[in-house]
Amino acid sequence: MLTLEKRAQPSRAWSLMTPILAVVLTMIAGGIMFALLGKAPLEAIRTIFWDPIFGEFSFYYRPQILIKAGPLILIAIGLSLGFRAGIWNIGAEGQYIMGAIFGAGVGLAFYPADLWFIFPLMVLAGALGGILWAMIPALLKTKFGTNEILVSLMLVYVAEHILSAVSFGALRNPDGHGFPGSRNFQQYEAASNPEIIAGSGMHWGVITAFIAVIGAYILLNRHILGYQIRLTGQAPRAARFAGVRPNLLITFCLGASGALAGLAGLFEVAGPAGQISIDFNSGYGFTAIIVAFLGRLHPFGILLAGLLMALTYVGGDIAQSNLGLPAAAIQAFQGMLLFFLLGMDMLTNFRVRLKQAEAV
Amino acid sequence: MSDTAPNLLTVNALTKAYPGVVANSEVSFTIAEGEVHALLGENGAGKSTLVKMIYGLVRPDSGSMTLRGQPYEPSEPRAARASGVAMVFQHFSLFDALNVAENIALGMENPPPQRQLAGRIREVSETYGLPLDPESMVGNLSAGERQRVEIIRCLLQDPKLLIMDEPTSVLTPQEVDILFETLKKLSAEGTAILYISHKLEEIRTLCDSATILRLGKVVNTCNPREQTARDMAEMMVGETLHVPTREARDLGEVIVKVSNLSVSSENAFGTSLKDINFEVRAGEVLGIGGVAGNGQDELLSALSGETRAKAGAVHVKGKPVGDLGPNERRSLAILAAPEERLGHAAAPDMSLIENALLTGAIRENLTHRGFLKWDAVKAFADRVIESFDVRTPGARNAARSLSGGNLQKFVVGREVLQRPDVLVVNQPTWGVDASAAAAIRQSLLDLTSKGAAVIVISQDLDELMEISDRFAALNEGRLSDPRPAQGLTVDEIGLMMGGAHGMEVAHVDA
Amino acid sequence: MDLSQIDPILLITSIMVVSTPLLFAAIGEMVVEKAGVLNLGVEGMMIVGAIAGFAIAVESGSVIIGFVGAAVGGAILSLVFGILTQVFLANQVPAGLALTLFGLGLSALIGQPYAGIRPPQSTTLDVPLLSDLPVLGPILFQHDAMVYLSLFLVTATWWVLKHTKTGLIIKAVGENHEAAHALGYKVVKIRLLAIMFGGACAGLGGAYLSLIRVPQWTEGMTAGAGWIALAIVVFASWRPERVLLGAYLFGGIGALQLRLQAAGANIPVEYLSMSPYIVTIVVLVLISARKSNAGTAAPASLGKMFHATN
Repeated sequence: MLTLEKRAQPSRAWSLMTPILAVVLTMIAGGIMFALLGKAPLEAIRTIFWDPIFGEFSFYYRPQILIKAGPLILIAIGLSLGFRAGIWNIGAEGQYIMGAIFGAGVGLAFYPADLWFIFPLMVLAGALGGILWAMIPALLKTKFGTNEILVSLMLVYVAEHILSAVSFGALRNPDGHGFPGSRNFQQYEAASNPEIIAGSGMHWGVITAFIAVIGAYILLNRHILGYQIRLTGQAPRAARFAGVRPNLLITFCLGASGALAGLAGLFEVAGPAGQISIDFNSGYGFTAIIVAFLGRLHPFGILLAGLLMALTYVGGDIAQSNLGLPAAAIQAFQGMLLFFLLGMDMLTNFRVRLKQAEAV
Repeated sequence: MSDTAPNLLTVNALTKAYPGVVANSEVSFTIAEGEVHALLGENGAGKSTLVKMIYGLVRPDSGSMTLRGQPYEPSEPRAARASGVAMVFQHFSLFDALNVAENIALGMENPPPQRQLAGRIREVSETYGLPLDPESMVGNLSAGERQRVEIIRCLLQDPKLLIMDEPTSVLTPQEVDILFETLKKLSAEGTAILYISHKLEEIRTLCDSATILRLGKVVNTCNPREQTARDMAEMMVGETLHVPTREARDLGEVIVKVSNLSVSSENAFGTSLKDINFEVRAGEVLGIGGVAGNGQDELLSALSGETRAKAGAVHVKGKPVGDLGPNERRSLAILAAPEERLGHAAAPDMSLIENALLTGAIRENLTHRGFLKWDAVKAFADRVIESFDVRTPGARNAARSLSGGNLQKFVVGREVLQRPDVLVVNQPTWGVDASAAAAIRQSLLDLTSKGAAVIVISQDLDELMEISDRFAALNEGRLSDPRPAQGLTVDEIGLMMGGAHGMEVAHVDA
Repeated sequence: MDLSQIDPILLITSIMVVSTPLLFAAIGEMVVEKAGVLNLGVEGMMIVGAIAGFAIAVESGSVIIGFVGAAVGGAILSLVFGILTQVFLANQVPAGLALTLFGLGLSALIGQPYAGIRPPQSTTLDVPLLSDLPVLGPILFQHDAMVYLSLFLVTATWWVLKHTKTGLIIKAVGENHEAAHALGYKVVKIRLLAIMFGGACAGLGGAYLSLIRVPQWTEGMTAGAGWIALAIVVFASWRPERVLLGAYLFGGIGALQLRLQAAGANIPVEYLSMSPYIVTIVVLVLISARKSNAGTAAPASLGKMFHATN
């Protein structure tokens, strides 16, 4: 019989091992899933994990990885702060959309002016949009104790409808022959977020994501506020005893994650996506939840996890066009990864023991 | 009980090991029918593991038991109950949001319909002097009443053996007397009782025989009526006890003045503080007793700053501090150590270093513009570990890896080393072995000789009598007037704690 | 806008149809939460139920077999969550989210060949005479069997929780798992069963969407219904009769905004479409504002991890 026995303290080794183990197990389970779909499992796995980096057309795919990893990392870093404190913002997708709408709105308001401060202003507006959207659950939680999980999630649907409303209405391109969607920022230099080094995929959003990783690391490990975040998540009563003000912390964590998600939205709309459109959002806000956990809520872990998850996106695209693997398969694959990770997590806190049948 | 009463339960060489610790090693003893048998031992001596094996919650690694001569191997509590073994738990077995009858039904194999059950509850509670309303919500009951629910739950099953785990820790002295009448009546009716305690006087009053456990082994069996409490204590602890000493001292000026402190509880089943008044002088220990759940947690929170009151409700050195938060009070040298070590006083999964930072950041100057000075934090943690003899491989170990006594020494030491003018502690030695308890009490007394005012909230009356200058008791959120501890009788203390809380003596003639 | 186009009787019957998926999912989740488990994967289980029910109904040609398949599918998926949280002791919040994310992907994957197909026709229960009654007839006696099943489930849940030992045990486990364990109840087993019941109910709710209400399969067709079901449980303060009220209230808002859209109300479609989500938030706020005075009715062990130490 197998029994679980709580470790005296969490195992560091397992805490590093579990994400790797989870990835391996997901590859195996995913391979089985691909086989069931009638695809050659090894080829599918190779297409997803190998081809984007080392394959024939990797010069095209490598930059794609950074482009996808940027928003994932940026959002996941913000979410991880809240998750560490036991504050569950799962509405990053909505904050991402609102950041994009706010930022794009500011940019389009200046059209066609060519002023140096337009883009910086858009960045501020993007962050502000995300913060405002995140302040709704924050305010409701601190004032009334309303569950932030449900409120932030409901606001995603509201944001999606607003997105569709502005695509048809306020932000619609006047020269767009009546099609929904805004002007394209790639054709409006003062407001666009271009690739900084040609062929690298690096844009301001990616750079911001790297800065966020370093900032979060310093915050969590070197600053009293980061300590308070960790303490609140692990022992809320002890945190109050330590003088943490729960409401301030909730506001900070939700605000920070909203700001980063809003920034991610702005960089996306002004860069890779190019315009506000009905289907502008592509689920980064939800995938970032997986990224945050896969990175064990640790900033550098999130950096790696974001790159890995971006890889599965890009690889999934290749598998879609080359092998006819459905796009949804990748989504299921990512969900599976989170399952395995959560299941394996137990190994950090518990020791599994084989117990002999008891002689009674 | 006569000497010829047949054996009810025989425990033969039971052994149970957990990783790193042998909880029970070859434990053997017997209980006769109708006997009141004490199981005596310190915290960690293995009493709980032993009774859990008898009740079917834990399976022994080796050894055997017989009940009335038949092999007895309960695989689960249900089987134990079916064999006539019932247990009254010290913690964790009632459901706050369910009513008395529902709670009792949950502990029975085939509960009758609610209405019929309610009738039987009334009947049994009358016979044994344990008044209870089957309809009332358990979360609203006092600790003593909750225990009655547990006892009646057992009695409805007609047990042959009733196990009671530290039953008096939640009772006033008067309630203890009444409980003992009930138990004696049960024993007279032929029910055997296995009585677990570390309170020696109680055992001498109540029990026919005693098995003494130390570090998982039976060290002695005796008739407690023929032993002195001191002898039994030494058998239990295995060494001569160090009694804290206090230097004679003069009381100084009033340091803490609490006036008309009222705080409503945030918890649905918590206790609100009502109009509390007291003063503590420099060099004085004020002991605050009371049965659990009468506002102890709430009082600590109001004094530590976790819950805030009106500014004027608490004065320290003449300064109103009632509306200040924990850190603002810390900077004024008002420190506290809550009861719950894991999760309140310390974060279980964090290292001792991080736990040192938990309350030490301000007075020990461990941050610079919000940035942490980890070296200084580590040095402070090491200082606590060294000064208070905290047994741990190092400061990087997680708090939860320490034994209760060692973590408690760390928690109290962390505050004492920060040079408090006022220190409030709740249950400073709860679940702590005797030598650690003595060390902790000594450190509190040493603080007073340096001129601090110390408030000790505790449910252990012996502890309070040992170290307090004055004594007061919490009862339903109200505090009695503090009185000098010296010369207080047990009866007087009991009345301050609320007397018998409406209990009555069992109808022995029934 | 012409409000007279909205026929009150038609509105009420359509409310019952729109509410039924919510009712299934919410009553199931309520039982799960009563047992002390917070499963945020309702949305994922619903959508998997929607496609499982749809696919099985199409393949077998029977709506009934489709519903059975949906319940089984939802239960199996919930078991993944159950094993993760109860056996592998994973945190319930991310595990529930994982279930939702995985369910959305899995359903889209299974559902690809089924887009644009019509499912087999389901029959409505037509009680002779009674269904011809004016007003009451269409409201009470002209629905499909699943509407009645959902109402029966609510009644049965109410009765079990209030009057049986099984119900008492479920509440006990959700209230204080340590105590329940000490009394010898198998906490993990009871919770797994409750989780599977919740999964089956969510599956039925999803299948009701794809087989009866719409009836068609489209990716992501639950559109937040699972999350609204979670909100209904909070709204209902964990009481079955209030779950019924909540489901019909939330469903009513959904039905009403659809009618308004159809009636050509003078409000942009997007704002009408977002109204159910906004109303959900408003209701959650009202509930929590009221509760902060009177304490919460949530099961005391809700969302906490249980690990028997001996």
